[in-house]
Amino acid sequence: MDVLLLLVPVALLLGVLGLAAFVWALKNGQFADPKGSAQRILDHDSDDDWR
Amino acid sequence: MPGADAAVAGGTPDLDARMAESAVRRGGGRCELVLSVPGIRCGACMRAIESGLAAAPGITEVRVNLSLRRVRVVWREGITTAVSVLQALEALGFEAHIPDPDREAAGDDARYRQLLLALAVAGFAAGNIMMMSIAVWSGADSSTRDLFHWLSALIAVPAVAIAGRPFFSGAVAALAVRRITMDVPISLAVILAVLLSLVETAGSGPHAYFDAAVGLLFFLLIGRTLDHLMRRRARSAATLLSRLAPDRTLRVGPEDAVEDVAVREVRPGDILLLRSGDRIPVDGEVIEGPVRIDAGIVTGESSLMTGETGHPLSAGMLNAGDGFRMRAARTASRSFVAEITRLMEAAEGTRARYRQLSEKAAGIYVPAVHAVAAATFVGWWLASGDPWLAASIAIAVLIITCPCALALAVPMVHVVAAGQMFRSGLLLRDGAALERLAEISHVVLDKTGTLTTGVVRVANPGTIGTDALALAAGLAQTSSHPKSRAICALARARGAARTVPGQPVEHVGLGIELATGEGVLRLGRAGWAGAGEGATVLGRDGTVLAAFEFEEVLRPGAAASAHALRAAGLGVEILSGDRPDKVACVAAAVGVADWKGGVRPEEKLARLAELGRRGEQVLMVGDGLNDGPSLSAAHASMAPSGACDVGRSAADLVFLGESLAVVPFAIDLASRARALMRQNLGLAVLYNLIAVPVAVAGLATPLVAAIAMSLSSVLVTANALRLSSRRLPAAPREGE
Repeated sequence: MDVLLLLVPVALLLGVLGLAAFVWALKNGQFADPKGSAQRILDHDSDDDWR
Repeated sequence: MPGADAAVAGGTPDLDARMAESAVRRGGGRCELVLSVPGIRCGACMRAIESGLAAAPGITEVRVNLSLRRVRVVWREGITTAVSVLQALEALGFEAHIPDPDREAAGDDARYRQLLLALAVAGFAAGNIMMMSIAVWSGADSSTRDLFHWLSALIAVPAVAIAGRPFFSGAVAALAVRRITMDVPISLAVILAVLLSLVETAGSGPHAYFDAAVGLLFFLLIGRTLDHLMRRRARSAATLLSRLAPDRTLRVGPEDAVEDVAVREVRPGDILLLRSGDRIPVDGEVIEGPVRIDAGIVTGESSLMTGETGHPLSAGMLNAGDGFRMRAARTASRSFVAEITRLMEAAEGTRARYRQLSEKAAGIYVPAVHAVAAATFVGWWLASGDPWLAASIAIAVLIITCPCALALAVPMVHVVAAGQMFRSGLLLRDGAALERLAEISHVVLDKTGTLTTGVVRVANPGTIGTDALALAAGLAQTSSHPKSRAICALARARGAARTVPGQPVEHVGLGIELATGEGVLRLGRAGWAGAGEGATVLGRDGTVLAAFEFEEVLRPGAAASAHALRAAGLGVEILSGDRPDKVACVAAAVGVADWKGGVRPEEKLARLAELGRRGEQVLMVGDGLNDGPSLSAAHASMAPSGACDVGRSAADLVFLGESLAVVPFAIDLASRARALMRQNLGLAVLYNLIAVPVAVAGLATPLVAAIAMSLSSVLVTANALRLSSRRLPAAPREGE
């Protein structure tokens, strides 16, 4: 059962990392304008400012 | 449009004040303003605005949001002003407004982000707790089980605190006004489950419900987020379709000085200057006629009117001719539009009292479940003499009765139905509108703009010679009158050449005149252009060369829809503000026997009230300002996207396409959706009939709760998805 002491924290850590990444993206405005982002990726001139 | 004119160039105190209010000052002498720009449609618009504005002096930051059709602009104070930003946008060809805080629900975006965050936290917690719960269920022994329970508690308590907020705040708000919504049992079940599990964990007990509590939140949040997205989509589309109301007008001061003023500053007696295409801002009268007015949106009449000197004008009419002057008779707040708004507010009352299916279900479910839980507690206490055992079984009852399936049963159907409607070019305001639409027994249709497109065409092309048609088209091509356009369209279709020597002169209210070497040509009213029958004739020196009859062009699918509605067992009638003979014509064309013309807005309301007394639930389909009150009074209402602002904001559904086929489609979909909602509620009840006795008997374990809850949620969701097979055949796919 000692393996649990390693695997459970690892599993939780990975989950927390995913959650943190999502929260970061949300606070960063990644979901604010999905349609605009889809268009910007086609545009050569606007890659200076990707937020 | 006000704002596009040079008159604004100096900046007006009122507009400046409004802009300054909305602009946010930031550090370093910078100002930020978010503008709503409905004209942004594609990536090209986005680039045009961003590069165009960035080139303007003083502007430091421009960011277009294509999804919300907004522009965020940051500029340096002193170098440029909010008004010049607006003008720069207009120079690029985009009309911008300041987002109206009332209408746009300022907190909307924040709420969406809160829901997403709650969903993410609940998903994370549910996954990780389930991982440990499975270990417990598969037989982890005492110390390992305690470890897993404590770890679960460590995750569940903060997760519930974050992810449960939308439900807790909803429950508090509902209880504050002494109402019971599904948020109440959800909050209660979640909080009690966590508390029970904490006590159980502290005492090294076997039954912890952390996974049930968090899983419940996760499932419900999925439904709630989808529901929020659906409403936001419909609302933003409806707002974007709206045009800027005439909130500015030109006032002629002493010595003919023209100033740009806010409409609410107009006083009776003021002289106003109306340019071609302007909306009439307040009630008043024509100072010097004749002028040409399009009263369509106000009275529902289809043809242009001619206003002689002193002719009364209602706010909302359109100046369809050259510029003219009018004298204001009333202030804006006492004008026609304001009257209509008051009628609409009075009519809203009945609809606000409508109780949704889910509210009714919650009203029965909540007391029943809580009574069963209380009885369980008392029963087990008396039977076993152990209050702790009795409490834990009673709480298990609360958890296992699972508001989950019940709370998902109705919203999931709403979401799927709204998605189906959206795909067919229908914007649904909310779930309550869908349920009301399903109860419809009678349909009232407006004529102009609803059954017809507002365009006329020549009804007797066979009787008109090609030469006469070419002459008529030559005269008509300079005019913007709908009948002139119809003649030109026919000439184009027949390939008739349209050349006339000289410049035709238009006489408002009579017709078009041209002096040629062979005599005076006139196209216009019978009697003026030439003695003859019919509405419009072409004459040379009084001799009739051709007589034109006109008919209104029906909206595609109008007759088929009217037929489909009657075939579905619904009553169909036409109520129009237009002249009875015209209404009769359209009624015959679509095959509706029950019609009435010349109906004023109050009379439409009275007719709806009369139908209501007979027990009919009425669907009103209309577009004009005159339909506004009936649209808000009817049990359900639909408006085309070309409808006036007032009509669109009052309507439950707005359809984007041309075809009226969406009306029977929407009713069919709504009644299908209602059947599914009832089925889903039935499934939830059936589930409870099985689960509750198990729980009351004290046999419910966390494993049973987890399986039962997931199964019932998946079942109602899958049932709701059956609706997605409903499609509008050959639907007009506009919009997104």
